[in-house]
Amino acid sequence: MTKVTLTVNGRSMSGEAEGRTLLSSFLRDTLGLTGTHVGCDTSQCGACVVHVDGLAMKSCTVLAQDVNGASVTTIEGMANADGSLGRVQQAFQDHHGLQCGFCTPGMVMSAAALLAENPKPTEAEIRHHLEGNICRCTGYHNIVKAVLAASGQDVSGLGVAAE
Amino acid sequence: MYNFDFVKPATIAEAVEALSGEEAQALSGGQTLLPTMKQRLNAPATLVSLTGIAEMKGVTRDGDTLVIGAATPHAVVARDAAAHYPALAALAGQIGDPAVRNRGTIGGSIANNDPSACYPSAVLASGAVVVTNTREIAADDFFQGLFETALHDGEIITAVRFPIPQKAAYAKFLQPASRFALTGAFVAQYAAGVRVAITGASESGVFRWTEAEAALSGNFTPEAIAGLSVAADGMIGDLHGTPDYRAHLVGVMTRRAVTAAR
Ligand SMILES: Cc1cc2nc3c(=O)[nH]c(=O)nc-3n(C[C@H](O)[C@H](O)[C@H](O)COP(=O)(O)OP(=O)(O)OC[C@H]3O[C@@H](n4cnc5c(N)ncnc54)[C@H](O)[C@@H]3O)c2cc1C
Ligand code: FES
Ligand code: FES
Repeated sequence: MTKVTLTVNGRSMSGEAEGRTLLSSFLRDTLGLTGTHVGCDTSQCGACVVHVDGLAMKSCTVLAQDVNGASVTTIEGMANADGSLGRVQQAFQDHHGLQCGFCTPGMVMSAAALLAENPKPTEAEIRHHLEGNICRCTGYHNIVKAVLAASGQDVSGLGVAAE
Repeated sequence: MYNFDFVKPATIAEAVEALSGEEAQALSGGQTLLPTMKQRLNAPATLVSLTGIAEMKGVTRDGDTLVIGAATPHAVVARDAAAHYPALAALAGQIGDPAVRNRGTIGGSIANNDPSACYPSAVLASGAVVVTNTREIAADDFFQGLFETALHDGEIITAVRFPIPQKAAYAKFLQPASRFALTGAFVAQYAAGVRVAITGASESGVFRWTEAEAALSGNFTPEAIAGLSVAADGMIGDLHGTPDYRAHLVGVMTRRAVTAAR
């Protein structure tokens, strides 16, 4: 076991990790941050996406020891300081961007990464960017709509059921 | 996944030393290796991470050559190679999805030599040089069939040197579930002639389509290769496509790449 220290959502947190401990397990089982979901555990679904030093990564396919010392942002870090939903989260709620919610943490983290790099993405850019995030409930339309809305763009013309 | 010792050296020399141990294996982005270890298809005793080695990262221009550190993630190549070698940057930007591109690296991709991977086609079509800790290997000698390369045990790819072509393009027919290439063609035009490399199609991995190269070297248009085809013999057949279908795609994707080349 090796001590791993991360800055998670702005707070320094440490725990013991084996060589094989995945970042997803370290966050969930060692640090107790269960907002990050593990869907496939085979790098396909994107439910486990977190930001490592500002970059979106699949935490089920990163070793905890390999990112020792890094800054990690998880879904828990997306809320506002007073605990209310952050901008992207609120847009998912407003536009029915989730049903069961299993894929949502990864969707929100991938969407936030896109908006950080491209503050006003087009619908096509959003769909392209979310390629690695699988949702088996929503059919994606309302997720795309939520991301467009979170970017402050008009979504009234999209013609997708919401509200 | 079976447990292992994890080490993260800061220099190539330290990594080479660590890899000389019993059953030690290099770990770059882990986007291929960690899934195979989870399936217990691979169980090294020690994993030697290459992600902390600064001298193995980055994109630099050296005259007519673009040098890419082996531990450079796909997303960085997509961004930093764009001004120098746009076709290569575009290929990197189409690998998998954004999260995979932030972690997976060129060195891991070519060391793995998956028959459906994208990078091997660029390396082969560019006549690139694979630089390791001990030698330089020409692309034509590097790829040796399905998941096979010229690398020795414990040898580390440190960089890949790409001669910059006059014109090039990569055309990928996406296998939408895996995001790998169902068939992909990389076409590159140099003063000395045209090189064409095909990935995703052959049971023996990436290969050069020499007939198309000869025709395109005389006349770099899609019409020049309109009458050419490859045999379905030896092409991959799986639930995504038959050998005939893949052989057909080789022609289609090569013509698309020629049309798109700039
Ligand atoms: C969902 C998904 C989609 C993908 N889509 C595509 C795609 O469309 N096209 C594509 O080409 N690839 C695709 N990939 C594969 C991806 O590009 C991997 O990142 C890449 O194949 C392996 O690179 P890595 O850095 O992750 O290597 P690792 O997984 O760390 O290593 C792979 C192998 O290479 C060895 N190795 C690593 N670095 C070196 C080195 N410097 N010297 C010697 N040996 C080394 C390792 O020991 C291991 O055997 C996809 C992967 C996923 C998970
Ligand atoms: S749980 Fe990591 S990609 Fe599915
Ligand atoms: S809301 Fe159920 S998987 Fe996306």
